[in-house]
Amino acid sequence: MQVIKSPKVYDVAIIGSGAGGGTAAKVLTEAGADVVLLEGGPMWDSAKDGKMFAWNYDSMNRGWGGDKKPFGEFDGCVGGWEIEGEPYTIGNGAWRWFRGRALGGRTNHWGRISLRFGPDDFRGKSRDGFGDDWPITYEDIKPYYDKLDSFVGIFGTNHAKDTGLHNEPDGIFLPPPKPRHHELLIKQACDKLKIPVVPSRLSILTKPHNGRAACHYCGQCGRGCATHSNFSSTSVMIPPALKTGKLTILANAMAREVVTNDEGLATGVSYVDSVKLTEHQVRAKAVVLAASCCESARLLLNSKSTRHPGGLANSSGVVGKYLTDSTGLNVSGFVPTLMDVPRYNADGVGGMHLYVPWWGDNKALGFPRGYHIELGGGFGMPGYGFGGGIQNYPQSRGGGYGKDLKDEYRRYYGAFVSLSGRGEQVSSENCSCEIDPNVVDKYGIPVLRFNHTWSEQERLQGKHMQETFRSIITEMGGTPTTPMPTKEQDYGLAVGGLIIHEAGATRMGNDAKTSALNRNCQAHDAKNVFVCDGGPFTSQADKNLTWTIMALAWRTSEHIAAERNKGNI
Amino acid sequence: MRDLNRRRVLQILGATPAVAALAFTEAEAEQAATQAQAARRTAAATGTAYKPKFFTASEYATIVLLADLIIPKDDRSGSASEAGAPEFVDHIVNVQQERQVAARGGLKWLDTESLRRFDKTFVHAADAQRRLILDDIAYPAKADTRFSHGVRFFSGLRDLVAAGFWSSKAGVKDLGYQGNVPNVWDGAPQAVLDKLGVKYEA
Repeated sequence: MQVIKSPKVYDVAIIGSGAGGGTAAKVLTEAGADVVLLEGGPMWDSAKDGKMFAWNYDSMNRGWGGDKKPFGEFDGCVGGWEIEGEPYTIGNGAWRWFRGRALGGRTNHWGRISLRFGPDDFRGKSRDGFGDDWPITYEDIKPYYDKLDSFVGIFGTNHAKDTGLHNEPDGIFLPPPKPRHHELLIKQACDKLKIPVVPSRLSILTKPHNGRAACHYCGQCGRGCATHSNFSSTSVMIPPALKTGKLTILANAMAREVVTNDEGLATGVSYVDSVKLTEHQVRAKAVVLAASCCESARLLLNSKSTRHPGGLANSSGVVGKYLTDSTGLNVSGFVPTLMDVPRYNADGVGGMHLYVPWWGDNKALGFPRGYHIELGGGFGMPGYGFGGGIQNYPQSRGGGYGKDLKDEYRRYYGAFVSLSGRGEQVSSENCSCEIDPNVVDKYGIPVLRFNHTWSEQERLQGKHMQETFRSIITEMGGTPTTPMPTKEQDYGLAVGGLIIHEAGATRMGNDAKTSALNRNCQAHDAKNVFVCDGGPFTSQADKNLTWTIMALAWRTSEHIAAERNKGNI
Repeated sequence: MRDLNRRRVLQILGATPAVAALAFTEAEAEQAATQAQAARRTAAATGTAYKPKFFTASEYATIVLLADLIIPKDDRSGSASEAGAPEFVDHIVNVQQERQVAARGGLKWLDTESLRRFDKTFVHAADAQRRLILDDIAYPAKADTRFSHGVRFFSGLRDLVAAGFWSSKAGVKDLGYQGNVPNVWDGAPQAVLDKLGVKYEA
């Protein structure tokens, strides 16, 4: 077996084609760089490969996707928490690692929740002493949030103006869709409880935008949109990059390591063709890791050399550490008022129309940091799992069979709401990923071993979520469908990694001894190595991270372009 | 099906290979007939005959019977078997290995219980007799603990039958799900808002 080396030396090699990699590809090619983009999975095009308008009854599985499609059989993301031949292991605690394996990565099915971090979110330690401050402020990243809003297109409103909450920055918005009926009912209850409910911010087009059609409200964004009316890297970032003529995409290119020279600088990327299993090396003047938080950390840790004995960008030893996910738990409730509601097409966009930003005052709560609430319910497309556990439905006949039961299924359809909390885990050295010394994947690449447990801070936050969601359901006249979990059950918090908001494993900082990257997401140890995914985050926030991944990637890419122009890279 | 005699059974089985039919005892033939009827209903609906992938012919006959006891035809829609729910049950148990022992064993539990009470397997018991058993296993919170295994089996089967029926074309229509089509969103209709006592802000 020999390594096939590309004769061409690209200006930049980007590893990963999701939110961060797609953004970097667009910004760098438009700045004139010759870019090669490595994607571990196959090409993917939502117009061709997406399953928009499929019915569950088109398939014997009725939408059940198994391990290969954990979000449903027609989901647009190729990948999952378990991928054949690509294991990971657990050291302490528990962790699940979701990986996307196709062009566009996990943006092919994400929730499109597009929230800016607020000014407070960049200086957590200064506020409460936990974790660390970012080396940048909201003002540093604001111009890039603005560029993203304008270019991608998102709907929403000025939440600070709606609610008086100062940590909810304004943005540039398309008009939000009207709320669904059950969302109005939730809002009515929240109004009484003084919990703010505002239009959500999703990167879905409510008007035609930059040559892309407006949403047609089929509610199936997660399957991939054939009209490119929502954000995915493949729909929005890759096309303009290809249009420059400066982008080369290498699909089925599973990166093995970043190759460095005697000076410790990156000279390219070695990868295995995941279909033919041939070994390759592509050369580049700079390398951008955008393989996802943990995958980029894995690549750096596996890129060992005499100059970088502990792995590339890891003289500090922090690569892999400070790994966080969003906290997350859901509470569902049966709401009798929602029974026998006249039917209408309640699909709307593929996601919530209303949302609850973090409203609490931590000084009065006994735990740091907060969470937001995502609202669910309504008349979804019936599929696998429909009516499951009807014997446990509150106020039902407790099971049975026959015509009465049949009618009960009808009456309970649409009579449930769900409230999902997504909050901030305080970053800690104890939560980490590292190379497992004993295990390789099917390509022979050493795999990650995870250590992750929730601390008292997250448990108390989870308890607050549970109590709040139950009070909202009760205020609606409803009944929660599950009992309150105990402290020993982490109050119902999902195992780390299940919310799929990994961040922090290659964190930024001004001190090269305690961080892997500087304020430009550039490795302290190698000036032509950059990270453009969730890895650079110094902390999470009570907001989803994709918009910040992309704003940071945009900022980092402009920095790379400027450094190239100065001849520094 | 209860009134079938052997001759009628063999007529119904006309569509299946004659050799197989002749090899059946009367009881087996009757069970197979039940299956054949279900398959024919499906064939009429989909244009193809369904052959169970996991269940034996006799087990599948019981599944079909149970499915229609769980979701019978009424004035709004047809029965579970008319909507193809038994095929869905067979498919899911076939592809989800972890369900297989419980499904097969649960059917065996049901037949054993029926034999113990009525000296007949479940498909051969009278409708009223079948319902006596179901009444004991269909309501978990009220069920006597000695039926706990039957309760567990029936709850699982009810879930699968329900998913199979309500996710079918007939089920979706019955529920009144109106989405999955391109449209313009302008919120919920006034009648819905009025029923809930909510309104849009001006």
